[in-house]
Amino acid sequence: MPKRTDIHSILIIGSGPIVIGQACEFDYSGTQACRVLKEEGYRVILANSNPATIMTDPDFADRTYIEPLTWEVIAKIIEREKPDAVLPTLGGQTGLNLAMALYERGLVGVPGTPELIGANAESISTAEDRDKFKKAMIEIGLKVPESGIAHTMEDALEVIKTIGLPAIIRPAYILGGRGTGIASTAEEFAQLAANGLDASPIREILIEKSIAGWKEYELEVMRDTADNCVIICSIENFDPMGVHTGDSITVAPAQTLSDVEYQIMRDAALACIRRVGVETGGSNVQFAVNPANGDVVVIEMNPRVSRSSALASKATGFPIAKIAAKLAVGYTLDEIPNDITKATPASFEPTIDYVVTKIPRWAFEKLPGTSGILGTQMQSVGEVMAIGRTFPESLQKALRSLEQGRLGLNCDPAEKQLAEISTEELMRLVDIPTPDRIFIIGELLLRGVSVDDVHAACKVDPWFLDQMSIIIEERDAVKELRPSAMTKAAWRRVKRVGFSDAQLAYLWGSSESEVREAREAAGVIPTYKTVDTCSAEFAALTPYHYSTYEDENEVRESDRQRVIILGSGPNRIGQGIEFDYCCVHASFALRDAGFETVMVNCNPETVSTDYDTSDRLYFEPLTKEDVLNVIAAETAAAGGKKPKVIVSLGGQTPLKLSGQIPVDLIAGTSPASIDLAEDREKWNELCESLSIPQPPGGTAVNLEQAMAMVDRVGFPVLVRPSYVLGGRGMQIVHDRDHLARAMAELSGYGSLGKEGGLSAERPVLIDRFLEDATEVDVDAIRDHTGEVLIGGVMEHVEEAGVHSGDSACAIPPQTLPAWVVEVIESYTTAIATALDVRGLINVQFAVAGTNVYVIEANPRASRTVPFVAKATGVPLAKVATRVMLGSTLAELRTEGLLTRSVLLDSPNTVAVKEAVLPFSRFPEVDTALGPEMRSTGEVMGIDVTFGRAFYKAELAAGTVLPTSGTVFLSLADGDKPAGIVVAKRLRALGFGIVATPGTANYLSRFGYMVDAVVGKVSEGAKITAVNLIASGEISFVINTPQGRGGRTDGEAIRKAANVHRVCSVTTVEAALAAAQGMAEQLDHALEVKSLQEYHGR
Amino acid sequence: MAIREAALVLADGSVFEGEAIGAEAPNGISTGEVVFNTVLSGYQEVVTDPSYAGQIITFTYPHIGNYGTTVADDESRRPFCRGVIVRDLARRHSNFRAEQSLNELLKKSGIAGIAGIDTRRLTRILRDTGAMPGAFGTASQSDLLAAARAEKGTDGIDLVATVTTDKPYSFGNGPLKVVAYDFGIKTTILRCLSEIATIEVVPASTTAAEVLARQPHGVFLSNGPGDPAAVPYAVDAIRDLVGQVPLFGICLGHQLLSRALGGTTYKLPFGHHGGNHPVQHLASGHVEITSQNHNFCVDAESLGGRVAVTHLNLNDQTNEGMRVLDAPAFSVQYHPEAGPGPHDSRYLFEQFAQLMQNGTF
Repeated sequence: MPKRTDIHSILIIGSGPIVIGQACEFDYSGTQACRVLKEEGYRVILANSNPATIMTDPDFADRTYIEPLTWEVIAKIIEREKPDAVLPTLGGQTGLNLAMALYERGLVGVPGTPELIGANAESISTAEDRDKFKKAMIEIGLKVPESGIAHTMEDALEVIKTIGLPAIIRPAYILGGRGTGIASTAEEFAQLAANGLDASPIREILIEKSIAGWKEYELEVMRDTADNCVIICSIENFDPMGVHTGDSITVAPAQTLSDVEYQIMRDAALACIRRVGVETGGSNVQFAVNPANGDVVVIEMNPRVSRSSALASKATGFPIAKIAAKLAVGYTLDEIPNDITKATPASFEPTIDYVVTKIPRWAFEKLPGTSGILGTQMQSVGEVMAIGRTFPESLQKALRSLEQGRLGLNCDPAEKQLAEISTEELMRLVDIPTPDRIFIIGELLLRGVSVDDVHAACKVDPWFLDQMSIIIEERDAVKELRPSAMTKAAWRRVKRVGFSDAQLAYLWGSSESEVREAREAAGVIPTYKTVDTCSAEFAALTPYHYSTYEDENEVRESDRQRVIILGSGPNRIGQGIEFDYCCVHASFALRDAGFETVMVNCNPETVSTDYDTSDRLYFEPLTKEDVLNVIAAETAAAGGKKPKVIVSLGGQTPLKLSGQIPVDLIAGTSPASIDLAEDREKWNELCESLSIPQPPGGTAVNLEQAMAMVDRVGFPVLVRPSYVLGGRGMQIVHDRDHLARAMAELSGYGSLGKEGGLSAERPVLIDRFLEDATEVDVDAIRDHTGEVLIGGVMEHVEEAGVHSGDSACAIPPQTLPAWVVEVIESYTTAIATALDVRGLINVQFAVAGTNVYVIEANPRASRTVPFVAKATGVPLAKVATRVMLGSTLAELRTEGLLTRSVLLDSPNTVAVKEAVLPFSRFPEVDTALGPEMRSTGEVMGIDVTFGRAFYKAELAAGTVLPTSGTVFLSLADGDKPAGIVVAKRLRALGFGIVATPGTANYLSRFGYMVDAVVGKVSEGAKITAVNLIASGEISFVINTPQGRGGRTDGEAIRKAANVHRVCSVTTVEAALAAAQGMAEQLDHALEVKSLQEYHGR
Repeated sequence: MAIREAALVLADGSVFEGEAIGAEAPNGISTGEVVFNTVLSGYQEVVTDPSYAGQIITFTYPHIGNYGTTVADDESRRPFCRGVIVRDLARRHSNFRAEQSLNELLKKSGIAGIAGIDTRRLTRILRDTGAMPGAFGTASQSDLLAAARAEKGTDGIDLVATVTTDKPYSFGNGPLKVVAYDFGIKTTILRCLSEIATIEVVPASTTAAEVLARQPHGVFLSNGPGDPAAVPYAVDAIRDLVGQVPLFGICLGHQLLSRALGGTTYKLPFGHHGGNHPVQHLASGHVEITSQNHNFCVDAESLGGRVAVTHLNLNDQTNEGMRVLDAPAFSVQYHPEAGPGPHDSRYLFEQFAQLMQNGTF
């Protein structure tokens, strides 16, 4: 059936901010969908609150609404745009849940309203409602784990009587397994059941007999309107059942299923998608298999494009989201050509001739208090994927892609942390799923523990363990050799199981460059194979490559100028989708300008690793060895003509490699300038020569130097490692004891090669901390003629000391005097010029009173570039990339690429960026903000006043600012004066106020009497903020942390607010902003407007 | 285990280095026509499929042997292929069904293999130049090259005679009675047929009269190795059966039926060998994902108006199935029984039952 002509406009619902369980894979799917539907001639309307996404770039849709994703807001967009259809299956769980909320209110999917395409309400509820799903599966003869449904605690206790422990608790309509867990005892069960009921929006949980230890599989299925069904990819989990699939190491294709078993599973997956009734698009079905007898049970099904679909797309080259969008508008699979072969149709099942390994990346180090143990609730913040011809090769590549200081499966400095632990203890630890388990398995195998014994301890399939022991045996085989003693055959063997040069250098006590030289001298260099969906059966045009050590290289030759863009690796706190946005924009801009673009990245969730984003894609780890190999391959394919390399758009990952790449290849700002900004002494001299004030401070490589530094500058100080993003290891230190602790911690990282580790080359920066200062961020571009373009000046809502990534900020600045902004712009220009920047620079300032201090400058793309671009309408990343390759700003203005900021002509527009924090998943963590970044994503609110934009940003971040009720107020001494203003505003809005004795007493002196005073939790008071929050009497919590010490009460209050989902702010600035937002919300209904309208397009 | 260095040499002189696996070949040389198969699972079924007689099978998926082997998955009494080429042979398998490793199966069956090969490079060569004679083993590369050049390939050679049963036997106890020609029949086909019929399997050289004397409800024409033009005696027998009794053919059976109807067959550039080919059932428009294993193909146009084309390969638009208009007979080029592969097309066995019962479907 050809495409539908009865619909003309389609609303796509995005997935909102990056949160755990819902990351940039939905930017990838949404971007593909927008592109495809626009190409097909539909009018595309997009709703998504996340400004860092590529899909919200105004070029990708006809109307882009960066608005909060609530059903009320979507209803307003529908009312305004009157789309013919709504496509909810590409925006993750958020998209589906919104579609259901709209459907239940009769706003979509019923006559007279937009049609739901992709999946209808009935099929969504069959897949998402645990009870319905279970019944449906039994109906078609599939087995499901024994289970029961509960809506109350009483139900739950009844169900568990028949099922028995251990049992797994799964709330309905949740994403990333939030609220799920395995209970082994009655106490655990009661706790998990209560949490699960709270987590489910419909207060429904499924209680299921635990089948922990079974093998876990996933099949990606596609179906079209003609009922053609194909399996795109099978995935086998390395970690057995019990670990959320998003937290499992997974491998494609399935490795240990015979065809007989695989076909049974395939039949079941097809029966499942047909019964659930997903009419078109992609779904994934999860299975568990009893390794003892092959029993198969269905675990769950997602009637939408998922994280696994993104992985499956990258693993096979089959673009699931793109095809799903085409199927949603009526095409059938056989009508769509396979993008890769062009000659064959999409109605086939990809087959691959390599092994793909995905490994999640966690951020436990940033969330003190968490156990670090993996379970049925997803906790990872990102993932890497690696492709190798064999599992050992892909596993080692994936491990080094993680960028956590690991060079592969052990055989690196970080393996020392396991050396001290007894084998007995390791055997105990290997049963506990943690991020380190894979390394513990490696260590046990190295110590000679048998595959059978390790399998008995951890239940990982023996095939995987045996493949890992091949790696270990190869290590033993070459251990006694030296680079010069390696034969060509020996090199080939060791590289074929994935060893990096750096691992071999560690093994041999040699240097990485010595190893590389010897290897190259032996003639062993990587070959690049192609991902082609068909295992070479048909000629493929896709330039999607991975490295391996084989006979034949497939990189095609050409003589155009090549530009290699180094991507940003796995998503992590501090480095996420924003950098992928920059890299993708760079590729688009350079392709348009006639360059041949080459992307290198290892993150399967991203748009950058889509095979048609760039002229060529290398799915490779971002390490020195792998990047130099790509550069060599590209140079050879261009007949010796050297490529240019972009290192400054992918965040810290490529920047760290800048020193390892030949200087003449680097596009844009020189590595010397990058180093000048990082090198504390040179940076100090530069600021001094420009007479730009800095907070006093310097560097230290040990405690002695650090103590001497604080003697000079005084406490409090900000202690931060160099070359990190996201404030890793950054602390505000108030006394000597704390300083000693902080230094010891950082030197510990150093000896293990961890991020932020202290070493002679990577000293710690110690600066006087400016209390109560306002922080300001500037993004600017400078070209080779010296012209500097100020992209945007952002004023932070939270004070300096809260990491910029966790702070809300506004464009244009809201409280700074105009002349201060001008000073900031002048300083930025002077610094960019002094650093001889060619491209982007981000400068951070702290404004205390009328004094402007520069905190740091980074001549690279910053996290805020996409936000600034969306707020101002200026495509900063594209402009910067062209400038890096030699264009001038004047030329780009003439060309039309560089446009004028829309804010200059519409002074009544304010854009607010707000951070989204992962605390709801980690109830044990203190939610107080600090210098270490912990947010996973961001949202944007845009409107005509700061108050309204802030309200929208909060709403988009999931915080509904209350417009009535009682506020709890507990303020640090320094915040009390501002507290007067907060109390005054809240009273004016009609709020009740409850406060701690100190705060209440202070406010009373200025005439603001509180309604009630609560006692201290730590002193055992009867009425405390914690129990008021728990009983639902508080609608808003304002709790600012008190310097050092005495934090226990505040921490308990903030955790209580987090657990009970009471809106809470931890800075007085945010409280003021919130009060303003609430006030404006009372007067005006929320209004929506598209980015294209703001931008005057 | 000591590594036995080995090489694969193609008739065009391409050399691949690896190590020997499986049985030891006489003089360290195995020869045959080198083909590839793109299945991700099902290596045992492929290795034991008689249709691979005369051929050396290259598996494009790098890890082969992961889940071991079990007698239950054998497609015939022994493998008839000439060798196996893999990137990596699992040294340890893992699956509750496994009885022995693939390496043990190869050794016991006298099949040699070679591992460590850049199978993707090999596949790209075969894709571009077509299935090619080759030789592999522990012998010198010059001896291997000479052997590869001396190897005849499969064109015009009657390989069916080497794989067919010497005497008739019975299989299953379904309600109908089917005589199945064994041109190299797969066990999974027998299993599928046994759901509808009791099967009397007969040697390839059985005459039409001998078949009809058994008074079957229908006759099945099996898959098998090699060139359909090399088995004229089977074509003669089928010609005499058309119109006399309902017929159903698969793969070689499809090709032989079309030759019996006066059609021609030709060799595909590199054949179809995999489990993922899209085939369209023209009457419904529905796409089936199919298991395929053939080098030769029916020229549907050569059959004039005597047949209706029922199935088409969407990858290369080649013929995949037909129905005879003036007689109760139909056949498909692909493998609806799967083994290995998807079960999308198993309805064809039910269709055969209908043809036998009602004279039409």
